[in-house]
Order: sequence, then C-alpha cells, then structure tokens
Amino acid sequence: MAKPEYETHEHDVIVIGAGGAGLRAAIEAAAQGVSVGLICKSLLGKAHTVMAEGGIAAAMGNVWPEDNWQVHFRDTMRGGKMLNNWRMAQLHAQEAPDRVLELERFGALFDRTKDGLISQRDFGGHRYARLAHVGDRTGLEMIRTLQYHAIHQGIDVYMECKVERLLKDGDRVAGAFGYWRNTGQFVMFKAKAVVLATGGIGKAWKITSNSWEYTGDGHATALWAGADLIDMEFVQFHPTGMVWPPSVRGILVTESVRGDGGTLKNNQGERFMFNYIPEFFKGETADNIEEAERWYADKKNNRRTPDLLPRDEVARAINSEVKAGRGSPHGGVFLDICTRRPADYIRKRLPSMYHQFKELANVDITREPMEVGPTCHYVMGGVRVDADSTQATVAGLFAAGEVAGGMHGSNRLGGNSLSDLLVFGRRAGLHAALYAKNLGGTVTIDRAEVESVARAALEPFSRSGGENPYAIQAELQETMHTLVGIIRTEAEMRQALAKIETLKERARKVRVEGGRVYNPGWHIALDLQSLLTVAECTTLAALERKESRGGHTRDDHPYTDDTWGKVNVVLRLRDGRVQVSREPLPEMPAELRALFQERK
Amino acid sequence: MPPATLKVFRGQAAQGDFREYRVDVDEGMVVLDVIHRIQATQAPDLACRWNCKAGKCGSCSAEVNGKPRLMCMTRMDIFEPGETISVAPIRTFPLIRDLVTDVSYNYVKAREVPPLRLRPPDADGKYRMMQEDVDRPQEFHKCIECFLCQDVCHVIRDHEEHKPAFAGPRFFIKIAGLDMHPLDTLNRTEFVRRQAGIGLCNITKCCTEVCPEHIHITDNGIIPMKERMADDFDPIVWLLRKFRGGRPEPA
Repeated sequence: MAKPEYETHEHDVIVIGAGGAGLRAAIEAAAQGVSVGLICKSLLGKAHTVMAEGGIAAAMGNVWPEDNWQVHFRDTMRGGKMLNNWRMAQLHAQEAPDRVLELERFGALFDRTKDGLISQRDFGGHRYARLAHVGDRTGLEMIRTLQYHAIHQGIDVYMECKVERLLKDGDRVAGAFGYWRNTGQFVMFKAKAVVLATGGIGKAWKITSNSWEYTGDGHATALWAGADLIDMEFVQFHPTGMVWPPSVRGILVTESVRGDGGTLKNNQGERFMFNYIPEFFKGETADNIEEAERWYADKKNNRRTPDLLPRDEVARAINSEVKAGRGSPHGGVFLDICTRRPADYIRKRLPSMYHQFKELANVDITREPMEVGPTCHYVMGGVRVDADSTQATVAGLFAAGEVAGGMHGSNRLGGNSLSDLLVFGRRAGLHAALYAKNLGGTVTIDRAEVESVARAALEPFSRSGGENPYAIQAELQETMHTLVGIIRTEAEMRQALAKIETLKERARKVRVEGGRVYNPGWHIALDLQSLLTVAECTTLAALERKESRGGHTRDDHPYTDDTWGKVNVVLRLRDGRVQVSREPLPEMPAELRALFQERK
Repeated sequence: MPPATLKVFRGQAAQGDFREYRVDVDEGMVVLDVIHRIQATQAPDLACRWNCKAGKCGSCSAEVNGKPRLMCMTRMDIFEPGETISVAPIRTFPLIRDLVTDVSYNYVKAREVPPLRLRPPDADGKYRMMQEDVDRPQEFHKCIECFLCQDVCHVIRDHEEHKPAFAGPRFFIKIAGLDMHPLDTLNRTEFVRRQAGIGLCNITKCCTEVCPEHIHITDNGIIPMKERMADDFDPIVWLLRKFRGGRPEPA
C-alpha cells in the first residue's frame, strides 16, 4: 500500500472543538500572542453550545443582591453531591460574573432588568435567580458572540475537520491527526500545546439531547494518549426531553420552563415532586404547594419549589412516576406552564420552546401541557485536569468544558455549563499559550505512527463483507440505553460490557461504501472507535462505584455511601487495557468547608 | 403513515442527478428523519449536514420541493399522500456532494463586517441598556445562520459575479444588529454601500419569506439601513448634522 498523503499545519496551540469552551480558549490563547489553530468537526457556530437554552449561571447579584460566589459555590458543590473538585467549583463561582460581563463587552445582548442591568432567572438547585439569559436561546447568543469576536483575532479556523488521534513527542503532546470531512483527505497539526474542548459522549445513548457530534472524541483521544479520565460513571439525564412524536424523542425542553413557573404533574394532575424531596435537600425545599408558590416572589422567607430540585433528583422522580403507571399517554409526565403564566409571557420568555412544540409536536404550550421525560444530556466525567491550569495528566494537553472532569462532581446544575465553558475555556487558552511559550524549540512527530493511523482509517473502504456502521451504532445506543441508563445494576452492566466487546469486534470489520468525499457512513465508522471507548469507560466506572450518587443510580446499591464520597473513580489506559482505580478527592480547605455548616 | 417516495439529489458538481428512494415514514417524522433513514438502510454514503435537529443550529438547509427550508423543521405530513418529494442542495453555493454545499462565501463575508466598537462604560464601570433598546437588535441575534436567505437572494442566486461585492441578507441584518446595538459607536454606512453592496438589493422580501426564525429581514433590517444610507449622503441632512451634532461621520 502506498504511503498515505497528508497536509501539515503548525501552530503553537491548537484548540480542538469550537463550542463555547473552544472559542473562548482560542480567543485567550491568541491574546497571549501565540499562533492558534481552531479545529471544529462541524461548520463554525454549529457546535453543541448553540443548543443551550436556559442561561449562564453567575452570582452577579443583579436581581438578588444577597447572591455572591460563596452561595454559588455552595449550590454547585451540593448539586454535585460534594464530589466536585472544590478548587474548580471555587474558581468557577468566583470568575463566572467577570466572564459574563466580558461576553457583554464582546457584544452579547442579554435580557435586562428594570435598571438596565443583565437580568437573571431561576434554575434548579440555585438558591437565587442567577442565570444571565436571552429568552431561551442563550447558547446561540453565546456562540455567535464568541464566534464573531474570534474571527477578528487572527485565529486560523479549520472547519469540518475531525481529529482521530493526538500525537506525542515522548511524554508530551505534539499535535493531532485527522481528516477533512468534505474531501476525506488527511491533515496533521503540529503543536506545542493542545486544548481539548470537544464536548460530551451522549451519542452513545438512544434517547439523547445530543447531536451526531457528541461521540466522545476528546475523552477517547485523551485516554489513548495516556491521560487519566475521572467520574465517567456520572451521566446526566435531563429530566425534560420531548417524548412525542417518536422522531423528536430526546430533544431538550429547557429547565427555564420550570424556572419561569412551570410545574411537573402526573396523570392524576398531582404535583408529584413534593413526594420526592430527598433528605439532603429538605432544608432548602418547600414541602407544601403554598410555600412553593410564595417562593417565586419571596425567596428570603420561603423554600424553593421541588420542581427545581437538581436534575438527577427530578429525572429519577419522573422515571418512578412513569414506572408506577402515573405517566402521560406517551410515557412521560406533564410539564404545565399554560395554566400558570399568561400566553404573552410564555411566548416572550420561551420563544424557542413555543416554536419547537408548535412545529414538531402540534402542541401549543400556551394552551396545553407538554409531555416530557428524561433524555441523556451531559457527562460530568472527563479528562482529569489541574483546576487552575486545566492541564491534563499528559504534558501539553489541556481540557475545558464538558470534556473535562471534576467541576460538576456527580451532577451538574443547569446553567453551570455555559459558565464552565467561559471560565475554564479562558483558563485553558491562557495556560496552553503560556506552556507553549515556555517550551520553546519545536516538537517532533512520529511519521510512522501518523501513517499507521491513516492506513487504519482507510481500511473500511477495502473490506469486502463486513457490516454497515449504522447498525453497530444503533445497537450500541440501544445497549447503553437499556443496560447503562438512569437506573443501573451490576448484572446489566456486565451484560453491557460483554455486548460492547462484541460490538468492538464487529466495528473492526465494518465496511464502507462510496468514496472519501463527505461520506457520513465512513465518518460514523471512524466515530465508532471513540463511541465504543467512552461507552466502555462509563460502564467500567459505573460498575466500580457501588453506591448511588448524582448521575449514577444503582438499584443494587441504592444509598449514598460516605466512603465513596471521598474518592474519584479513575480510568487510564495501560498496556492496551483500561485500568480502573479509586483515588482520593482533593481535600477542601477549612474556610470553604465552613460554608456548608452555616445553614442547612 | 404510508411509505413516502423521495427524489434526492446525489452526486458531485456536474455529474449529479436525482435518485428515487421509497422509505417507511412514522408519525411526526420530518424530512431530516427520512434522510437519516435512507442513510441507515439504503445509502450509507448519502451526504447531508445536520446537528441539533430542532431548528436551532441552521445546518440542514436544503431545497425541498424547490423551496429553501430546514429539513429538521419540515414535517412529512405537510405533503400530499403519494406525492414525490424532491430534496436538493441549496443552489446558490458550490456543491460538495449530494446535499452538502460549500458555504465558505458566508464565512468570508462574516469576516468583512466591521466588528463592534464599544462605547465606554458608565461611571461605575457597568453597562446599562434598557430592554426596549435591546429588543430591536435582539431580533437579528436570533439568526441561526442557515443561509437560506442567502440561498434565495436573487442578487447572488443566479449571479456569481455579484458575490465579491455583495454581503447578502444574512449580513445586512448582522450589520443592522451592530448599528442598533446600544453600545456600538461605529458608523458602517460607507461599508454597507461599497463592500456590502446594499444598493443591489431591490427589496423583493424573498429572504424574509424563507427565514425559519421569522426575522423581519427586509422591513426591520434592510429598509431602515437603506433609509439611513440615503440620509447619510443627503447634503441637507449632512449640513444639519454638522451643526446639531449626532451620529459620527462615515468612516
């Protein structure tokens, strides 16, 4: 076989992924005066951030002056059931307000308060109304703002380019290798530092709010390059995805519906969330309708409605209601805002929800309740990073956003993702640039390694026999959905691991029709490598953690166990196998610990 | 629902043609679902772009029965039973393959638009903007960059020669959004006239009709900009402004 050809680009820093974290990282790295390449799997501005709806959590205190970073920090840690990396949660809470104001200076137009400041809305698990927002299309505003700022900063953008492998020079990172989706030709990026900002892994599940892009490329390439992953057992099922019609199943229904006054009801018309208030949140959650109703206007003297418990709690509650036969006709529950808020208010605050239900489900949400149910939404786990610099356990590799682990512990609060992207995107870009500057010299690439990756990528074209990659993808999604979903057991997860092994075997023999130019069948065949890897990682970590916490619920270990609250499950690749270990969490300093004793 | 018949454009550049597929259709399906089903069962290499499947990212633009639309927001039950549905790539941009086109023109134009030039903050370091002042530019910020307005715009749809000096409706509202931004201080009139070529637009409103976000591109974006441009080059208005003060001069 002839040597595969590829083009080469060289930068000080490459950023893989151009959602909120990647764009913010690229902007910051460019501001440090280094040469930056920004690689995105889709067209610029189409990354998953565009679908974020509710808002950016930041304790700016525009609506509730009582709010501050300590309260936000506390909410975040409690939402993550104390498994978060405390330093990440602290930096996040402290820096989020500045990052939001900076976005405003880049041109973002947030909804305003009466005084002309940035308005903030209620969301699950947040003590005060804290989410800076633009109707229910905050992610669109964020990505467009960053995108139009970035294109004037001298960053080279490589669109529709998929990274297959990270490259190394000895122990440190040296670049990345991939292909152009529109030509199928290979491309190599030589770089002193690499920022991963590739998002999540949700495409491994059948019912998901995630797009085709979310195949865990960053998680998998980091693992293959020798980096540690943590917390991979924690997968967030967003409580409210669309359930009907079947073709839209899983599409997100923003938490803002509940933040803006919507409530969940079962088929008896009962506000069932009052029956699911866990001990952990009793102190801050209203246990009767009257108090919950008063809370919207008076947060000082009332506790929050249980409709706005953290997402893991609400998703489990919906799951239980449906199993008990109290679900809606299509296997969800009802989300009602039409009887609670005026039609004009709904259309103004939730325009894209109004549009989405009207066009896709023939439901007018100003007149009828929505039917909703859990949908795979977000992975809390990811690349293990240093909190301040975002550097992974491999030198020169940085990670920010969903691909990084630790920030959200076992469960992420709504609104904390967009702020995470900005805070740690900026930090990743800054520290990657500093690292590249300090490194000096150049990095060396192992050409033989590059060529072997290229040859392997082309193999599916030359196989006779073999399977259609779409079938393998669909089987994996079904497997993860039924065996490693919201509620898990050891027996089912063992079954899932065995199934993943056979799917890996079948994926090695996959066959692709057609040529290399924009061939989705081939793209899926290649994405299967990372998708199967992250599916295996999640299952292995979930088997290891014998307790229930946040986005990991075990039917065979239904309680939260304090000893498990002190460790992360860590995965690393050694000798071609994924090793699982338990390692202690970083210990929180006393002055931060005190924040959790003040009030219950 | 009965199976549907789709004629989908297949091929590259000059050597493409429509190919017919019979596909099972379930309740609630949109055209994009049917395209995905064709990929999974009949034509794994059928090229199409998509991301969010909820009308938020603007990736799956195509011409369905000749009309520019988002495939993810086009329900199959709007068609007559038995009707053959044609799905073609958007025509204004060079074809890459099947339903995928090279939309890099739009990214070139995006870069040409002079960015926000920020005014200084209030004395306390904050920026204050009233909701009623933000409402107008927020309409333009709803744009999902599906480029359907660019596709349908007759100035460039059949006139490749206009592309170098014409930004197109997407970027007219981008500019309008900047001009109406309460914090912006830059005058883009000269840019709009020369590089963006707004004079070529003769307000046929085709762009407004196809906008999936229902942005009033023509009425709220293009027409006010044309009026302002006329003002900026009107010698009497110019003189008045000289004496009374007002918006800065064109750059």
